[in-house]
Amino acid sequence: MTTTQPRSAIAVAGLRKSFGDHVVLDGLDLDVPRGTVFSLLGANGAGKTTTVKILSTLLRADAGDARVAGYDLARDPDAVRAAIGVTGQFSAVDKLLTGEENLRLMADLHHLARSEGRRRVARLLDQFGLTEAARKPASAYSGGMLRRLDLAMTLVGNPQVIFLDEPTTGLDPRSRRDMWQIVRDLVAGGVTIFLTTQYLDEADELADRIAVLDRGRVVAEGTAEELKRRIPGGHVRLRFADPQGLDAAMGVLGEVARDNDALALRVPSDGSLRSLKTLIDRLDDRAIEVDELSVHTPDLDDVFLALTGDSANEKVTTR
Amino acid sequence: MSTTVLTGPAPASLRFHPLRDSATMLRRNLKRMLRYPSMTLMLVGMPVVFLLLFVYVLGGTLGAGLGGAVPGGAAGGRAAYANYVAPAIILMTVAATVQGTAISIAMDMTEGIITRFRTMHIARVSVLTGHVLGSMIQTVISLAIVIGVALLVGFRPTAGPGAWLATAGFLVAVTFALVWLSVALGQVSKSVETASNLPAPLLLLPFLGSGFVPTDSMPAGLRWFAEYQPFTPIIETLRGLLMDDPIGNNAWIALTWCAVIALAGYLWSKRLFNRES
Repeated sequence: MTTTQPRSAIAVAGLRKSFGDHVVLDGLDLDVPRGTVFSLLGANGAGKTTTVKILSTLLRADAGDARVAGYDLARDPDAVRAAIGVTGQFSAVDKLLTGEENLRLMADLHHLARSEGRRRVARLLDQFGLTEAARKPASAYSGGMLRRLDLAMTLVGNPQVIFLDEPTTGLDPRSRRDMWQIVRDLVAGGVTIFLTTQYLDEADELADRIAVLDRGRVVAEGTAEELKRRIPGGHVRLRFADPQGLDAAMGVLGEVARDNDALALRVPSDGSLRSLKTLIDRLDDRAIEVDELSVHTPDLDDVFLALTGDSANEKVTTR
Repeated sequence: MSTTVLTGPAPASLRFHPLRDSATMLRRNLKRMLRYPSMTLMLVGMPVVFLLLFVYVLGGTLGAGLGGAVPGGAAGGRAAYANYVAPAIILMTVAATVQGTAISIAMDMTEGIITRFRTMHIARVSVLTGHVLGSMIQTVISLAIVIGVALLVGFRPTAGPGAWLATAGFLVAVTFALVWLSVALGQVSKSVETASNLPAPLLLLPFLGSGFVPTDSMPAGLRWFAEYQPFTPIIETLRGLLMDDPIGNNAWIALTWCAVIALAGYLWSKRLFNRES
């Protein structure tokens, strides 16, 4: 028996995977309750895609237990495949076929009756705003349209668990928001979503629970609020009218993060009245003019940076 | 408890439908061929060009050279050579079309859709059988065109309806074998370019056999290779069926080769497809 509760859509214990000497997953533990959005957050190369590949039966793990939709991944991969849908980073559509033909292909492979397939394809085309382009070959689609078609194809089979591997990487802001809305609608319909992303705002926006992956291990897990509470990432942001003010304040405050374009400084602070007063007094003593002052509670950026160390995070984006 | 699901017989939704899935994949491949007709044209164009070259440019001289080496060759000339070379061109048509199979398999493998198929509950082999069936249909069409052109340029087979039927069946067997081989070659290729090069020797083999000239005109080493390579008995069987010549053991040798190539190609393909991505 595993420790799986029946309420888990995905339960993973001690998952390991190496490619040669390179350890990608180093004892991964995860538990995703049914009907929730779970986000695996990490920089490029942290092991996100490998995790998705293992959980979607594309790769075998070297060690560890995993159950997806209640089925053991190693013993029952067919049952797992029947229960999941996967939309990866690279569009899994047939570019020579039209959008409609791609969806019909999926309907046929799920052995839907002709009329039922037709109905479902029409509904998905409509739901994903692809009705107009339905008869155009997918090679003529924009990036956002391809990603929508890709996800629509995943949904033809009514999967219980959906893996979205960086679903908005490379999309423009508008397409990205469309994708977020689609994900929210899906969850409202009761499916479980396993989302990997390198965008902190995306995890913050969509996920019920977030796991931060670093060098093949989960270094923190919880709701966005819980994660933010775990670390003291609060700061005060000071904006100045001119570079002279900025320089003068730097001289007073010493080592603080500086944003030249915005003429702003980011000063660590716990947000208490006493620390604010101290800060203001120091600036006042030197008669430095501050244009604007704002107090920030920690966001996921701070969490991420605090948890994973600086060097590995150059590629984490915070659009 | 869900344990009944795990230990009991698979529920209806978990059964595989290899025939239905293969038919679906075949429809997909036929649609792709229609969308990308230049490939089909290119594949059938090459044997036609070779046919015209060998009959009109080289045929006069080569036909004279046949002499009494082959039955009917005594008359010599272009007409005799058209009859001699047609079976080789027919086999070359099959080889050229399966080269297209390798290319389209390799193109497929570079696209994400195959990864999607791997994560779906479908009969896995249907991805490959869809390609095989599609290629076989494509080959039949190519063969009809090439044989039609051959008839126009002076190919005069003496086969009766029974022999034509046997020829058709034999060509299907040859195609089946070479298609499975190229399904494997397409998968083993890391790029589409490699995939178009790997099956190229198949196009060369008719030359290194009895396809274009009788093997007894070749130097000893080459002649040995020509007589024992699989394409020679295949060509001799075709020649025998179409021109009413004696076939001897060639038919059995050819069919054995086909069975071996088909089985090896199938097992290799399946293994390649099931490897981890």
